[in-house]
Amino acid sequence: MTMTDAPEAGTPPRGKRRIGDTVFAGLARGSGILILVILAGVAAFLVIQAWPSLRANTANFFLETGWDPNVRENPSFGVAALAFGTVLAAAIALLLATPVAIGISLFIVFYAPRRLAAVLGYLVDLLAAIPSVVYGLWGIGFLAPQLVPVYSAAARHLGWIPLFAGPASTSARTILTAGIVLAVMVLPIITAMSRDVFHQVPQGHREAALAMGATRWEMIRLAVLPFGRSGIVGGAMLGLGRALGETMAVAMILSPSLAISWNLLQSGNQTIAAHIALQYPEATGYGVSALIAAGLVLFAITLVVNMGARYIVARGSKESR
Amino acid sequence: MAKRIDVSGLHVYYGDFLAVEDVSMTIEPRSVTAFIGSSGCGKSTFLRTLNRMHEVTPGARAEGKVLLDDMDIYSPDVDPVMVRSEVGMVFQKANPFPTMSIYDNVIAGARLNNKRMKKSEADDLVEESLRGANLWEEVKDRLNKPGSGLSGGQQQRLCIARATAVKPSVLLMDEPCSALDPISTLAVEDLIHKMKEDYTIVIVTHNMQQAARVSDRTAFFNLSAPGKPGKLVEMGETNKIFTRPDKQETENYITGRFG
Repeated sequence: MTMTDAPEAGTPPRGKRRIGDTVFAGLARGSGILILVILAGVAAFLVIQAWPSLRANTANFFLETGWDPNVRENPSFGVAALAFGTVLAAAIALLLATPVAIGISLFIVFYAPRRLAAVLGYLVDLLAAIPSVVYGLWGIGFLAPQLVPVYSAAARHLGWIPLFAGPASTSARTILTAGIVLAVMVLPIITAMSRDVFHQVPQGHREAALAMGATRWEMIRLAVLPFGRSGIVGGAMLGLGRALGETMAVAMILSPSLAISWNLLQSGNQTIAAHIALQYPEATGYGVSALIAAGLVLFAITLVVNMGARYIVARGSKESR
Repeated sequence: MAKRIDVSGLHVYYGDFLAVEDVSMTIEPRSVTAFIGSSGCGKSTFLRTLNRMHEVTPGARAEGKVLLDDMDIYSPDVDPVMVRSEVGMVFQKANPFPTMSIYDNVIAGARLNNKRMKKSEADDLVEESLRGANLWEEVKDRLNKPGSGLSGGQQQRLCIARATAVKPSVLLMDEPCSALDPISTLAVEDLIHKMKEDYTIVIVTHNMQQAARVSDRTAFFNLSAPGKPGKLVEMGETNKIFTRPDKQETENYITGRFG
Protein backbone atom coordinates (compact mmCIF):
# COMPACT_ATOMS: atom_id res chain seq x y z
CA MET A 1 0.00 0.00 0.00
CA THR A 2 2.98 2.31 -0.06
CA MET A 3 3.64 4.64 -2.91
CA THR A 4 6.59 2.77 -4.33
CA ASP A 5 5.01 -0.60 -4.94
CA ALA A 6 1.65 0.69 -6.18
CA PRO A 7 2.31 3.36 -8.79
CA GLU A 8 -0.76 5.16 -10.08
CA ALA A 9 -1.98 4.10 -13.48
CA GLY A 10 -0.43 6.27 -16.12
CA THR A 11 2.79 7.11 -14.28
CA PRO A 12 5.71 5.43 -15.93
CA PRO A 13 7.30 2.66 -13.83
CA ARG A 14 10.62 3.58 -12.22
CA GLY A 15 9.94 7.16 -13.19
CA LYS A 16 11.52 10.00 -11.32
CA ARG A 17 9.70 10.85 -8.09
CA ARG A 18 8.95 14.49 -7.84
CA ILE A 19 9.00 16.14 -4.46
CA GLY A 20 5.87 18.19 -5.08
CA ASP A 21 3.89 15.06 -5.95
CA THR A 22 5.11 13.19 -2.91
CA VAL A 23 4.32 16.03 -0.54
CA PHE A 24 0.89 16.61 -2.01
CA ALA A 25 0.01 12.92 -2.01
CA GLY A 26 1.10 12.72 1.61
CA LEU A 27 -1.02 15.71 2.61
CA ALA A 28 -4.06 14.40 0.78
CA ARG A 29 -3.70 10.95 2.30
CA GLY A 30 -3.18 12.47 5.74
CA SER A 31 -6.41 14.45 5.43
CA GLY A 32 -8.23 11.31 4.34
CA ILE A 33 -6.95 9.35 7.30
CA LEU A 34 -7.69 12.21 9.68
CA ILE A 35 -11.42 12.01 8.98
CA LEU A 36 -11.41 8.31 9.88
CA VAL A 37 -9.47 9.03 13.05
CA ILE A 38 -11.91 11.74 14.08
CA LEU A 39 -14.95 9.55 13.44
CA ALA A 40 -13.44 6.63 15.33
CA GLY A 41 -12.36 8.97 18.10
CA VAL A 42 -15.86 10.36 18.57
CA ALA A 43 -17.38 6.91 18.57
CA ALA A 44 -14.81 5.63 21.06
CA PHE A 45 -15.31 8.65 23.31
CA LEU A 46 -19.06 8.12 23.33
CA VAL A 47 -18.80 4.41 24.12
CA ILE A 48 -16.16 4.79 26.84
CA GLN A 49 -17.89 7.72 28.55
CA ALA A 50 -21.33 6.12 28.33
CA TRP A 51 -20.23 2.77 29.65
CA PRO A 52 -20.22 3.47 33.45
CA SER A 53 -23.80 4.69 33.50
CA LEU A 54 -25.01 1.97 31.16
CA ARG A 55 -23.47 -0.69 33.42
CA ALA A 56 -24.94 0.83 36.57
CA ASN A 57 -28.35 1.43 34.98
CA THR A 58 -31.07 -0.48 36.80
CA ALA A 59 -33.62 0.02 34.01
CA ASN A 60 -33.55 -1.19 30.42
CA PHE A 61 -31.83 1.63 28.55
CA PHE A 62 -33.74 1.04 25.32
CA LEU A 63 -37.21 0.53 26.81
CA GLU A 64 -37.29 2.87 29.82
CA THR A 65 -38.85 6.30 29.27
CA GLY A 66 -37.90 7.93 32.61
CA TRP A 67 -34.67 9.86 33.21
CA ASP A 68 -33.24 9.62 36.71
CA PRO A 69 -29.47 9.26 36.44
CA ASN A 70 -28.40 12.18 38.62
CA VAL A 71 -27.58 10.00 41.60
CA ARG A 72 -24.49 8.31 43.00
CA GLU A 73 -26.04 4.83 43.06
CA ASN A 74 -28.60 2.80 41.13
CA PRO A 75 -29.44 5.27 38.37
CA SER A 76 -32.52 4.51 36.33
CA PHE A 77 -32.89 6.01 32.88
CA GLY A 78 -33.78 5.09 29.32
CA VAL A 79 -33.73 6.55 25.88
CA ALA A 80 -37.08 5.22 24.58
CA ALA A 81 -39.11 8.44 24.89
CA LEU A 82 -36.23 10.59 23.65
CA ALA A 83 -35.53 8.44 20.61
CA PHE A 84 -39.24 8.37 19.82
CA GLY A 85 -39.52 12.17 20.09
CA THR A 86 -36.43 12.66 17.96
CA VAL A 87 -37.67 10.45 15.17
CA LEU A 88 -41.22 11.85 15.38
CA ALA A 89 -40.11 15.48 15.11
CA ALA A 90 -37.79 14.68 12.22
CA ALA A 91 -40.47 12.66 10.46
CA ILE A 92 -42.97 15.53 10.74
CA ALA A 93 -40.37 17.93 9.37
CA LEU A 94 -39.59 15.67 6.44
CA LEU A 95 -43.22 14.99 5.63
CA LEU A 96 -43.96 18.71 5.48
CA ALA A 97 -40.76 19.86 3.81
CA THR A 98 -40.22 17.31 1.05
CA PRO A 99 -43.31 18.03 -1.09
CA VAL A 100 -42.80 21.78 -0.71
CA ALA A 101 -39.13 21.47 -1.60
CA ILE A 102 -39.91 19.44 -4.72
CA GLY A 103 -42.50 22.04 -5.70
CA ILE A 104 -40.06 24.91 -5.20
CA SER A 105 -37.29 23.26 -7.19
CA LEU A 106 -39.61 22.27 -10.04
CA PHE A 107 -40.84 25.85 -10.15
CA ILE A 108 -37.31 27.25 -10.13
CA VAL A 109 -36.03 24.91 -12.84
CA PHE A 110 -39.01 24.56 -15.18
CA TYR A 111 -41.60 27.25 -14.60
CA ALA A 112 -40.14 30.47 -13.25
CA PRO A 113 -38.78 33.14 -15.59
CA ARG A 114 -35.02 33.01 -15.48
CA ARG A 115 -34.47 36.13 -13.40
CA LEU A 116 -37.10 35.19 -10.81
CA ALA A 117 -35.60 31.69 -10.64
CA ALA A 118 -32.20 33.10 -9.75
CA VAL A 119 -33.63 35.33 -7.02
CA LEU A 120 -35.75 32.52 -5.63
CA GLY A 121 -32.85 30.09 -5.57
CA TYR A 122 -30.77 32.65 -3.72
CA LEU A 123 -33.52 33.27 -1.16
CA VAL A 124 -33.92 29.57 -0.48
CA ASP A 125 -30.18 29.24 0.05
CA LEU A 126 -30.42 32.17 2.43
CA LEU A 127 -32.87 30.21 4.58
CA ALA A 128 -30.06 27.76 5.28
CA ALA A 129 -27.84 30.55 6.59
CA ILE A 130 -30.21 31.64 9.36
CA PRO A 131 -28.85 30.46 12.74
CA SER A 132 -31.01 27.89 14.47
CA VAL A 133 -31.38 30.04 17.57
CA VAL A 134 -33.17 32.59 15.41
CA TYR A 135 -35.50 29.87 14.18
CA GLY A 136 -36.09 29.01 17.82
CA LEU A 137 -37.00 32.59 18.65
CA TRP A 138 -39.26 32.80 15.62
CA GLY A 139 -40.94 29.53 16.58
CA ILE A 140 -41.60 30.45 20.17
CA GLY A 141 -42.26 34.16 19.70
CA PHE A 142 -44.26 34.18 16.48
CA LEU A 143 -45.25 30.80 15.15
CA ALA A 144 -46.49 29.16 18.35
CA PRO A 145 -48.97 31.93 19.28
CA GLN A 146 -50.32 31.88 15.71
CA LEU A 147 -50.81 28.14 15.92
CA VAL A 148 -52.81 28.11 19.17
CA PRO A 149 -56.20 28.77 17.51
CA VAL A 150 -55.28 26.44 14.63
CA TYR A 151 -54.52 23.64 17.05
CA SER A 152 -57.71 24.08 19.04
CA ALA A 153 -59.71 24.07 15.79
CA ALA A 154 -57.85 20.93 14.72
CA ALA A 155 -58.61 19.30 18.06
CA ARG A 156 -62.30 20.21 17.71
CA HIS A 157 -62.77 18.95 14.17
CA LEU A 158 -60.11 16.30 13.77
CA GLY A 159 -60.05 15.12 17.38
CA TRP A 160 -61.31 11.70 16.32
CA ILE A 161 -57.90 11.06 14.75
CA PRO A 162 -55.65 10.01 17.65
CA LEU A 163 -52.85 12.26 16.34
CA PHE A 164 -55.03 15.33 16.87
CA ALA A 165 -56.86 14.35 20.07
CA GLY A 166 -57.65 17.30 22.32
CA PRO A 167 -57.45 19.27 24.45
CA ALA A 168 -54.90 21.21 22.45
CA SER A 169 -52.00 22.84 24.23
CA THR A 170 -52.68 26.47 25.12
CA SER A 171 -49.10 27.47 24.35
CA ALA A 172 -48.73 25.40 21.16
CA ARG A 173 -45.24 24.44 22.30
CA THR A 174 -45.74 20.93 21.00
CA ILE A 175 -43.90 18.41 18.89
CA LEU A 176 -45.90 19.53 15.83
CA THR A 177 -44.71 23.13 16.20
CA ALA A 178 -41.16 21.89 16.59
CA GLY A 179 -41.66 19.74 13.49
CA ILE A 180 -42.94 22.71 11.48
CA VAL A 181 -39.94 24.84 12.44
CA LEU A 182 -37.62 21.94 11.60
CA ALA A 183 -39.39 21.65 8.25
CA VAL A 184 -38.50 25.26 7.43
CA MET A 185 -34.93 24.57 8.49
CA VAL A 186 -34.48 21.50 6.28
CA LEU A 187 -36.35 23.00 3.34
CA PRO A 188 -33.25 24.64 1.77
CA ILE A 189 -31.23 21.43 1.91
CA ILE A 190 -33.86 19.36 0.14
CA THR A 191 -34.60 22.16 -2.32
CA ALA A 192 -30.95 22.63 -3.22
CA MET A 193 -30.38 18.93 -3.77
CA SER A 194 -33.46 18.39 -5.89
CA ARG A 195 -32.88 21.59 -7.84
CA ASP A 196 -29.38 20.42 -8.75
CA VAL A 197 -30.55 17.03 -9.88
CA PHE A 198 -33.42 18.54 -11.89
CA HIS A 199 -30.90 20.75 -13.66
CA GLN A 200 -28.95 17.64 -14.59
CA VAL A 201 -31.79 15.88 -16.36
CA PRO A 202 -30.36 15.37 -19.84
CA GLN A 203 -31.86 17.64 -22.47
CA GLY A 204 -32.39 14.53 -24.59
CA HIS A 205 -34.79 12.98 -22.09
CA ARG A 206 -36.80 16.17 -21.73
CA GLU A 207 -37.02 16.67 -25.47
CA ALA A 208 -37.92 13.02 -25.97
CA ALA A 209 -40.94 13.48 -23.76
CA LEU A 210 -41.96 16.80 -25.31
CA ALA A 211 -41.48 15.52 -28.85
CA MET A 212 -44.11 12.86 -28.40
CA GLY A 213 -46.71 15.30 -27.26
CA ALA A 214 -46.16 15.55 -23.53
CA THR A 215 -47.31 18.66 -21.69
CA ARG A 216 -44.82 20.26 -19.36
CA TRP A 217 -46.20 18.41 -16.36
CA GLU A 218 -46.19 15.12 -18.28
CA MET A 219 -42.61 15.80 -19.31
CA ILE A 220 -41.72 16.30 -15.64
CA ARG A 221 -43.46 13.07 -14.71
CA LEU A 222 -41.90 11.04 -17.54
CA ALA A 223 -38.38 12.39 -17.67
CA VAL A 224 -37.59 14.56 -14.67
CA LEU A 225 -39.00 12.84 -11.59
CA PRO A 226 -37.74 9.31 -12.43
CA PHE A 227 -34.29 10.74 -13.15
CA GLY A 228 -34.34 12.94 -10.06
CA ARG A 229 -35.73 10.39 -7.62
CA SER A 230 -32.40 9.43 -6.11
CA GLY A 231 -31.47 13.10 -5.73
CA ILE A 232 -34.74 13.88 -3.99
CA VAL A 233 -34.33 10.94 -1.63
CA GLY A 234 -30.73 11.89 -0.97
CA GLY A 235 -31.75 15.48 -0.20
CA ALA A 236 -34.54 14.30 2.07
CA MET A 237 -32.13 12.06 3.96
CA LEU A 238 -29.64 14.90 4.39
CA GLY A 239 -32.51 17.01 5.68
CA LEU A 240 -33.51 14.19 8.00
CA GLY A 241 -29.97 14.13 9.32
CA ARG A 242 -30.16 17.83 10.12
CA ALA A 243 -33.63 17.51 11.66
CA LEU A 244 -32.53 14.63 13.89
CA GLY A 245 -29.57 16.52 15.28
CA GLU A 246 -31.13 19.98 15.54
CA THR A 247 -30.86 21.15 19.14
CA MET A 248 -31.38 24.80 19.81
CA ALA A 249 -34.66 25.46 18.03
CA VAL A 250 -36.28 22.35 19.49
CA ALA A 251 -34.97 23.05 22.98
CA MET A 252 -36.50 26.51 22.85
CA ILE A 253 -39.84 25.57 21.37
CA LEU A 254 -40.76 22.27 22.92
CA SER A 255 -42.27 22.16 26.37
CA PRO A 256 -40.78 18.80 27.18
CA SER A 257 -41.98 15.75 28.97
CA LEU A 258 -40.56 12.30 28.87
CA ALA A 259 -43.45 10.32 27.50
CA ILE A 260 -44.07 8.42 24.30
CA SER A 261 -47.04 10.27 22.90
CA TRP A 262 -48.49 10.22 19.42
CA ASN A 263 -50.49 13.30 20.23
CA LEU A 264 -49.23 16.19 18.15
CA LEU A 265 -51.33 18.92 19.75
CA GLN A 266 -50.42 18.41 23.39
CA SER A 267 -47.12 19.16 24.98
CA GLY A 268 -45.12 16.05 25.56
CA ASN A 269 -42.20 14.29 23.91
CA GLN A 270 -38.64 15.48 23.80
CA THR A 271 -35.75 14.96 21.42
CA ILE A 272 -32.34 13.58 22.30
CA ALA A 273 -30.40 16.64 21.21
CA ALA A 274 -32.58 19.14 23.06
CA HIS A 275 -32.64 16.90 26.13
CA ILE A 276 -28.84 16.78 26.25
CA ALA A 277 -28.59 20.54 25.90
CA LEU A 278 -31.13 21.20 28.63
CA GLN A 279 -29.98 18.54 31.10
CA TYR A 280 -26.23 18.88 30.80
CA PRO A 281 -25.78 21.91 33.10
CA GLU A 282 -27.60 20.15 35.92
CA ALA A 283 -26.18 16.67 35.46
CA THR A 284 -24.55 15.11 38.52
CA GLY A 285 -23.67 11.59 39.52
CA TYR A 286 -24.21 9.32 36.54
CA GLY A 287 -25.98 12.17 34.75
CA VAL A 288 -23.25 13.19 32.30
CA SER A 289 -22.46 9.63 31.40
CA ALA A 290 -26.15 8.92 30.82
CA LEU A 291 -26.47 11.95 28.54
CA ILE A 292 -23.47 10.71 26.58
CA ALA A 293 -25.22 7.36 26.23
CA ALA A 294 -28.19 9.21 24.74
CA GLY A 295 -25.77 11.01 22.43
CA LEU A 296 -24.43 7.64 21.34
CA VAL A 297 -27.95 6.61 20.34
CA LEU A 298 -28.34 9.83 18.33
CA PHE A 299 -24.98 9.18 16.68
CA ALA A 300 -26.15 5.70 15.72
CA ILE A 301 -29.50 6.93 14.36
CA THR A 302 -27.90 9.60 12.16
CA LEU A 303 -25.26 7.14 10.99
CA VAL A 304 -27.94 4.67 9.92
CA VAL A 305 -29.96 7.41 8.19
CA ASN A 306 -26.92 8.64 6.28
CA MET A 307 -25.91 5.16 5.24
CA GLY A 308 -29.47 4.55 4.08
CA ALA A 309 -29.34 7.76 2.03
CA ARG A 310 -26.03 6.78 0.43
CA TYR A 311 -27.39 3.37 -0.43
CA ILE A 312 -30.51 4.81 -2.05
CA VAL A 313 -28.59 7.45 -4.00
CA ALA A 314 -26.02 4.91 -5.21
CA ARG A 315 -28.70 2.46 -6.28
CA GLY A 316 -30.60 5.23 -8.07
CA SER A 317 -27.60 6.44 -10.04
CA LYS A 318 -26.78 2.88 -11.10
CA GLU A 319 -30.32 2.39 -12.39
CA SER A 320 -30.37 5.58 -14.40
CA ARG A 321 -27.19 4.75 -16.25
CA MET B 1 -52.29 8.90 -42.15
CA ALA B 2 -49.26 10.58 -43.74
CA LYS B 3 -49.66 14.31 -44.23
CA ARG B 4 -48.15 16.93 -46.50
CA ILE B 5 -46.11 19.77 -45.05
CA ASP B 6 -46.16 23.16 -46.73
CA VAL B 7 -43.65 25.74 -45.55
CA SER B 8 -43.73 29.27 -46.83
CA GLY B 9 -41.49 32.21 -45.99
CA LEU B 10 -40.13 30.77 -42.75
CA HIS B 11 -37.52 32.69 -40.77
CA VAL B 12 -36.03 31.31 -37.55
CA TYR B 13 -34.46 33.54 -34.94
CA TYR B 14 -32.40 32.90 -31.81
CA GLY B 15 -33.05 36.10 -29.93
CA ASP B 16 -32.06 38.80 -32.42
CA PHE B 17 -29.90 36.49 -34.50
CA LEU B 18 -31.49 35.32 -37.74
CA ALA B 19 -30.47 31.66 -38.01
CA VAL B 20 -32.49 30.49 -41.00
CA GLU B 21 -33.73 32.82 -43.69
CA ASP B 22 -36.83 32.58 -45.83
CA VAL B 23 -37.39 28.88 -46.39
CA SER B 24 -40.28 27.72 -48.54
CA MET B 25 -40.75 24.08 -49.46
CA THR B 26 -43.28 21.32 -49.85
CA ILE B 27 -42.68 17.96 -48.22
CA GLU B 28 -44.66 15.20 -49.89
CA PRO B 29 -46.54 12.58 -47.88
CA ARG B 30 -45.44 8.92 -48.05
CA SER B 31 -41.95 9.88 -49.08
CA VAL B 32 -38.56 10.48 -47.51
CA THR B 33 -37.12 13.95 -47.70
CA ALA B 34 -33.47 14.44 -46.77
CA PHE B 35 -31.91 17.69 -45.57
CA ILE B 36 -28.21 17.94 -46.31
CA GLY B 37 -25.70 20.72 -45.78
CA SER B 38 -22.65 21.58 -43.71
CA SER B 39 -22.78 21.86 -39.92
CA GLY B 40 -24.38 25.00 -38.56
CA CYS B 41 -26.31 25.80 -41.72
CA GLY B 42 -29.63 25.61 -39.91
CA LYS B 43 -31.07 22.34 -41.15
CA SER B 44 -31.64 20.90 -37.67
CA THR B 45 -32.98 24.25 -36.51
CA PHE B 46 -35.37 24.29 -39.43
CA LEU B 47 -36.38 20.68 -38.77
CA ARG B 48 -37.34 21.55 -35.21
CA THR B 49 -39.69 24.29 -36.38
CA LEU B 50 -41.76 21.64 -38.14
CA ASN B 51 -43.12 20.35 -34.83
CA ARG B 52 -42.53 23.48 -32.77
CA MET B 53 -39.72 21.82 -30.82
CA HIS B 54 -37.65 24.97 -31.39
CA GLU B 55 -39.84 26.63 -28.78
CA VAL B 56 -38.14 24.48 -26.13
CA THR B 57 -34.90 26.40 -26.76
CA PRO B 58 -35.00 29.69 -24.83
CA GLY B 59 -35.12 32.67 -27.16
CA ALA B 60 -35.87 30.71 -30.32
CA ARG B 61 -38.83 31.77 -32.45
CA ALA B 62 -40.07 31.29 -35.98
CA GLU B 63 -41.91 33.58 -38.37
CA GLY B 64 -43.74 32.36 -41.42
CA LYS B 65 -46.20 29.66 -42.19
CA VAL B 66 -46.09 25.90 -41.76
CA LEU B 67 -49.13 23.99 -42.96
CA LEU B 68 -49.73 20.38 -41.98
CA ASP B 69 -52.24 19.44 -44.66
CA ASP B 70 -54.66 22.30 -43.97
CA MET B 71 -53.70 23.12 -40.41
CA ASP B 72 -51.50 26.12 -39.72
CA ILE B 73 -49.35 24.79 -36.87
CA TYR B 74 -48.39 28.30 -35.72
CA SER B 75 -51.95 29.51 -35.49
CA PRO B 76 -52.62 30.90 -31.98
CA ASP B 77 -55.37 28.38 -31.28
CA VAL B 78 -53.15 25.39 -32.09
CA ASP B 79 -51.63 23.64 -29.10
CA PRO B 80 -47.94 22.74 -29.55
CA VAL B 81 -48.58 19.55 -27.57
CA MET B 82 -51.08 18.50 -30.24
CA VAL B 83 -48.66 19.40 -33.05
CA ARG B 84 -45.98 17.18 -31.53
CA SER B 85 -48.27 14.22 -31.23
CA GLU B 86 -48.97 14.63 -34.97
CA VAL B 87 -45.34 15.26 -35.92
CA GLY B 88 -43.03 12.91 -34.04
CA MET B 89 -39.29 13.27 -33.69
CA VAL B 90 -36.25 11.01 -33.39
CA PHE B 91 -33.03 12.56 -32.13
CA GLN B 92 -29.36 12.28 -32.95
CA LYS B 93 -28.59 10.60 -29.66
CA ALA B 94 -30.86 7.70 -28.78
CA ASN B 95 -32.69 8.82 -25.66
CA PRO B 96 -34.85 6.06 -24.17
CA PHE B 97 -36.08 6.90 -20.67
CA PRO B 98 -33.41 5.27 -18.52
CA THR B 99 -35.59 4.22 -15.62
CA MET B 100 -38.25 2.63 -17.79
CA SER B 101 -38.45 -0.86 -19.23
CA ILE B 102 -38.51 -1.42 -22.99
CA TYR B 103 -42.24 -1.97 -22.77
CA ASP B 104 -42.88 1.22 -20.78
CA ASN B 105 -40.68 3.24 -23.12
CA VAL B 106 -42.73 2.23 -26.14
CA ILE B 107 -46.04 2.85 -24.43
CA ALA B 108 -45.05 6.10 -22.65
CA GLY B 109 -46.28 8.52 -25.31
CA ALA B 110 -49.42 6.60 -26.15
CA ARG B 111 -50.34 6.49 -22.45
CA LEU B 112 -50.32 10.29 -22.36
CA ASN B 113 -53.19 10.50 -24.81
CA ASN B 114 -55.08 7.47 -23.64
CA LYS B 115 -54.83 7.10 -19.89
CA ARG B 116 -57.27 4.23 -19.61
CA MET B 117 -55.66 1.96 -22.14
CA LYS B 118 -56.47 -1.70 -21.53
CA LYS B 119 -53.64 -4.11 -20.91
CA SER B 120 -54.40 -6.07 -24.07
CA GLU B 121 -54.53 -2.91 -26.19
CA ALA B 122 -51.22 -1.77 -24.75
CA ASP B 123 -49.66 -5.18 -25.41
CA ASP B 124 -50.84 -5.05 -29.01
CA LEU B 125 -49.57 -1.53 -29.54
CA VAL B 126 -46.15 -2.37 -28.09
CA GLU B 127 -45.81 -5.40 -30.32
CA GLU B 128 -47.03 -3.51 -33.39
CA SER B 129 -44.67 -0.59 -32.78
CA LEU B 130 -41.67 -2.79 -32.06
CA ARG B 131 -42.39 -4.92 -35.14
CA GLY B 132 -42.71 -1.69 -37.10
CA ALA B 133 -39.28 -0.68 -35.85
CA ASN B 134 -37.76 -4.07 -36.75
CA LEU B 135 -36.96 -4.62 -33.10
CA TRP B 136 -39.60 -7.07 -31.91
CA GLU B 137 -37.65 -10.29 -32.55
CA GLU B 138 -34.63 -8.93 -30.69
CA VAL B 139 -36.41 -7.78 -27.54
CA LYS B 140 -39.65 -9.78 -27.24
CA ASP B 141 -38.18 -11.93 -24.45
CA ARG B 142 -36.96 -9.02 -22.35
CA LEU B 143 -39.67 -6.39 -22.60
CA ASN B 144 -39.43 -5.71 -18.89
CA LYS B 145 -35.69 -5.06 -18.92
CA PRO B 146 -34.52 -1.42 -18.97
CA GLY B 147 -34.26 0.18 -22.39
CA SER B 148 -30.82 1.50 -21.52
CA GLY B 149 -29.48 -2.06 -21.61
CA LEU B 150 -29.85 -2.27 -25.39
CA SER B 151 -27.11 -1.53 -27.91
CA GLY B 152 -26.94 1.93 -29.47
CA GLY B 153 -28.64 0.83 -32.67
CA GLN B 154 -31.35 -1.02 -30.78
CA GLN B 155 -31.91 2.01 -28.56
CA GLN B 156 -32.38 4.19 -31.63
CA ARG B 157 -34.92 1.75 -33.07
CA LEU B 158 -36.61 1.69 -29.65
CA CYS B 159 -36.90 5.48 -29.89
CA ILE B 160 -38.41 5.12 -33.35
CA ALA B 161 -40.91 2.61 -31.97
CA ARG B 162 -41.71 5.01 -29.14
CA ALA B 163 -42.28 7.84 -31.62
CA THR B 164 -44.50 5.75 -33.90
CA ALA B 165 -46.57 4.34 -31.02
CA VAL B 166 -48.12 7.80 -30.70
CA LYS B 167 -49.41 7.32 -34.29
CA PRO B 168 -48.02 10.52 -35.78
CA SER B 169 -48.50 11.38 -39.43
CA VAL B 170 -44.99 12.80 -39.86
CA LEU B 171 -41.70 11.57 -38.45
CA LEU B 172 -38.76 13.98 -38.19
CA MET B 173 -35.33 12.39 -37.80
CA ASP B 174 -32.40 14.54 -36.73
CA GLU B 175 -29.24 12.69 -37.79
CA PRO B 176 -30.62 9.42 -36.43
CA CYS B 177 -27.61 7.35 -37.51
CA SER B 178 -24.70 9.63 -36.75
CA ALA B 179 -23.88 7.79 -33.52
CA LEU B 180 -24.40 4.31 -34.95
CA ASP B 181 -22.08 1.72 -36.48
CA PRO B 182 -22.64 0.73 -40.16
CA ILE B 183 -24.67 -2.40 -39.36
CA SER B 184 -27.05 -0.51 -37.08
CA THR B 185 -27.21 2.29 -39.64
CA LEU B 186 -28.28 -0.22 -42.24
CA ALA B 187 -30.99 -1.52 -39.91
CA VAL B 188 -32.35 2.00 -39.41
CA GLU B 189 -32.19 2.76 -43.14
CA ASP B 190 -34.12 -0.42 -43.92
CA LEU B 191 -36.64 0.72 -41.40
CA ILE B 192 -36.96 4.15 -43.01
CA HIS B 193 -37.61 2.45 -46.37
CA LYS B 194 -40.37 0.39 -44.84
CA MET B 195 -41.94 3.24 -42.87
CA LYS B 196 -42.35 5.63 -45.76
CA GLU B 197 -45.41 3.65 -46.81
CA ASP B 198 -47.20 5.00 -43.76
CA TYR B 199 -45.49 8.24 -42.81
CA THR B 200 -44.09 11.45 -44.14
CA ILE B 201 -40.43 11.19 -43.20
CA VAL B 202 -37.92 14.01 -42.99
CA ILE B 203 -34.32 13.12 -42.21
CA VAL B 204 -31.39 15.41 -41.51
CA THR B 205 -28.10 13.75 -42.37
CA HIS B 206 -24.45 14.61 -42.84
CA ASN B 207 -23.92 11.45 -44.77
CA MET B 208 -24.57 12.10 -48.44
CA GLN B 209 -24.52 8.41 -49.34
CA GLN B 210 -27.24 7.97 -46.78
CA ALA B 211 -29.30 10.77 -48.26
CA ALA B 212 -28.84 9.19 -51.69
CA ARG B 213 -29.81 5.74 -50.38
CA VAL B 214 -32.92 6.55 -48.37
CA SER B 215 -34.51 9.69 -49.74
CA ASP B 216 -36.85 10.48 -52.58
CA ARG B 217 -36.24 14.19 -52.45
CA THR B 218 -33.29 16.14 -51.12
CA ALA B 219 -33.01 19.69 -49.86
CA PHE B 220 -29.59 21.35 -49.71
CA PHE B 221 -29.04 24.04 -47.08
CA ASN B 222 -26.07 26.37 -46.88
CA LEU B 223 -24.93 29.57 -45.23
CA SER B 224 -25.16 32.56 -47.53
CA ALA B 225 -21.77 33.60 -46.12
CA PRO B 226 -19.88 32.85 -42.88
CA GLY B 227 -21.79 34.45 -39.99
CA LYS B 228 -24.83 34.96 -42.18
CA PRO B 229 -28.11 33.05 -41.83
CA GLY B 230 -28.64 29.63 -43.37
CA LYS B 231 -30.89 29.28 -46.40
CA LEU B 232 -32.40 26.63 -48.61
CA VAL B 233 -30.26 26.51 -51.75
CA GLU B 234 -32.20 24.03 -53.76
CA MET B 235 -34.57 21.13 -53.43
CA GLY B 236 -35.50 18.42 -55.87
CA GLU B 237 -35.57 14.73 -56.72
CA THR B 238 -32.64 13.07 -54.96
CA ASN B 239 -31.41 11.62 -58.22
CA LYS B 240 -31.30 15.00 -59.84
CA ILE B 241 -29.67 16.78 -56.88
CA PHE B 242 -26.88 14.23 -56.81
CA THR B 243 -26.32 14.03 -60.57
CA ARG B 244 -27.13 17.35 -62.16
CA PRO B 245 -28.09 19.99 -59.60
CA ASP B 246 -29.25 23.38 -60.84
CA LYS B 247 -26.91 25.40 -58.65
CA GLN B 248 -23.13 25.43 -58.71
CA GLU B 249 -23.16 25.71 -54.88
CA THR B 250 -24.94 22.38 -54.59
CA GLU B 251 -22.61 20.67 -57.02
CA ASN B 252 -19.59 21.94 -55.11
CA TYR B 253 -20.95 20.50 -51.89
CA ILE B 254 -21.93 17.08 -53.16
CA THR B 255 -18.69 16.62 -55.05
CA GLY B 256 -16.73 17.62 -51.96
CA ARG B 257 -15.59 21.02 -53.24
CA PHE B 258 -16.80 23.46 -50.64
CA GLY B 259 -17.45 27.13 -51.05
